[in-house]
Amino acid sequence: MRSVAIKMLVGDRARYLGILMGLTFASLLITQQSAIFTGLMARTYGFITDTGLPDIWVMDPKVMFIDDIKPLQDTMLHRVRGVEGVEWAMPLYKGLLKAKLSNGSFQTCNVIGLDDTTLVGGPPEIVKGSLSDLRQADAVIVDEVGATGKLARPATEPGGEPTPIGIGDTLELNDHRAIVVGICRGTRTFQSQPVIYTTYSRALRFAPGERKLMSFVLVKAKPGADQDALCARIAGATGLAAYTTQQFKDLTYDYFMKYTGIPVNFGIAVLLGFIVGTAIAGQTFFNFTMDNIKYFAALKAMGARDGQLLRMIVLQALIVGAVGWGIGIGAASLFGFLLKHTELSFLLTWKLMGVSGLAILVICGISALLSLRTVLRAEPAIVFKG
Amino acid sequence: MIATAAPVAVSCAGVTKTYGAGQSRVTALRGIDLEVREGELLMLVGPSGCGKTTLISVIAGILDHDDGECLVFGENLRALPQARRTAFRGERIGFVFQQFNLIPTLTIAENVAVPLLIQGRTWRSSIAQAREFLDRVGIGDRWAALPSKLSGGQQQRVAIARSLVHGPRLIVCDEPTSSLDHETGHKVMELMKEVAAGHDRALVVVTHDARIFEFADRIARMDDGKITGLTDRRNKEPER
Repeated sequence: MRSVAIKMLVGDRARYLGILMGLTFASLLITQQSAIFTGLMARTYGFITDTGLPDIWVMDPKVMFIDDIKPLQDTMLHRVRGVEGVEWAMPLYKGLLKAKLSNGSFQTCNVIGLDDTTLVGGPPEIVKGSLSDLRQADAVIVDEVGATGKLARPATEPGGEPTPIGIGDTLELNDHRAIVVGICRGTRTFQSQPVIYTTYSRALRFAPGERKLMSFVLVKAKPGADQDALCARIAGATGLAAYTTQQFKDLTYDYFMKYTGIPVNFGIAVLLGFIVGTAIAGQTFFNFTMDNIKYFAALKAMGARDGQLLRMIVLQALIVGAVGWGIGIGAASLFGFLLKHTELSFLLTWKLMGVSGLAILVICGISALLSLRTVLRAEPAIVFKG
Repeated sequence: MIATAAPVAVSCAGVTKTYGAGQSRVTALRGIDLEVREGELLMLVGPSGCGKTTLISVIAGILDHDDGECLVFGENLRALPQARRTAFRGERIGFVFQQFNLIPTLTIAENVAVPLLIQGRTWRSSIAQAREFLDRVGIGDRWAALPSKLSGGQQQRVAIARSLVHGPRLIVCDEPTSSLDHETGHKVMELMKEVAAGHDRALVVVTHDARIFEFADRIARMDDGKITGLTDRRNKEPER
């Protein structure tokens, strides 16, 4: 009876396409909105992801997310280095400084100061120049988006394109000269400011004088060391908070989930997709069943068992669900692919596809349940009512 | 000629059926006593609303009667559990409907194969057997056509093939010629008599089409939920 069910479904082209459209739309909306949400949330911890080498981040216990900087005393670096199981520990400066542009305007920049010797915590990809060029005097490396965008020199003619800054150009950071020695590419972060990498000591020079300036201590655990236990030892020895990279990502993610309206706003869009999809697909699938009710009744009269009819309807629902989900995922992927070089944050993960598939399965389940109820309740005697 | 001693296929005694309750209560069957023997073609005739369709629904086991007893090949279908009753219908009963009820998205061979597929036969063997039966009803060459491509008479031939393909011993037909013109209706009944009637198979045909009465072995006249007359056309004498 499987073939009969499939032919009944796909043979009625108009109805079949109608159900597919509903499910495709639902799948597209749910997947696309969720992927944008995931992409946006991934940006919240993009800087942590890009800082690949350390296993553990040490910070003030009151820090709630990556951009919530509460400076530490430099002496804390030595205390962390003294904890058993620490392979190495390096300082990291992260702060917002104003850069004066060539046209005299100011732009707030996210300045990252890396350990002078090892340059640990550098950008994941250098597009122009080299990370070691940071050892030159007054050297900075600027991120590609900032270099072509907010730090670019204004157009010289009306209507012209701004000129990206490049190697050899100078900036003024808090009244200090900075020379661009490289361009890097990193994960977009939640902050829209240009990112400028320099050495730790130079960053302290750029930054306004404060008693404490170190933002984080980056720690590498000794091979085979239990990182959770090491975090606990560091916290115990220093009174600071120590998180593994994943824990710090989670902390940042949770902060944005809890204290911003992002999840609610995207949640509403996803819910809307679910509701609209359920309404369209459910209604069309139900109408399809109602149109075929006399044939289902005829099948019952001819000896089809309830179980057979149930399997037929479930199969029909699964087919439209799988095809609609697949097209929706494909369309969402295409959307992400076409806009991958834009500001749009889009991250389509396998988990997300699973969630979208589950949502479509629920929609199909509801549709099938409505139809099934009608079919199982249909009196076979209606076949004799001409 | 059907011997009166042929085994009884259907036996109804005092069958009643009421629809609704209170003010809207309608009595459709008022104590029906009827026997249909194997090898016999019985026609149920009468005006609209006299209970013909209700009676074949009860006989076919797709509607429960209220009182009395209705045995089909010795089985009291009302007393059977739903699953066994459904299985009984699938194995023993063939249906021909007024509106054919052919699934429009299946080819005619696939439509004919449906009763076999319900019984769990494979697609390939079901289609092969369906094509044999389409040959028997004279439209074997159109096996791959969709029902919408056939005339009304051809569609009813397909419905007849579908009612026979699984070898049922009772065939119930509801107004099989009412959607057809006289000539086509006549041909359909000739076909029915030729391929469906057999010494071990009973046919019950509901009709109000007097032009096909000549094909009946017996005619049961109904009115207001009762059998008002029974004519044995084999000897042209009214039985009662």
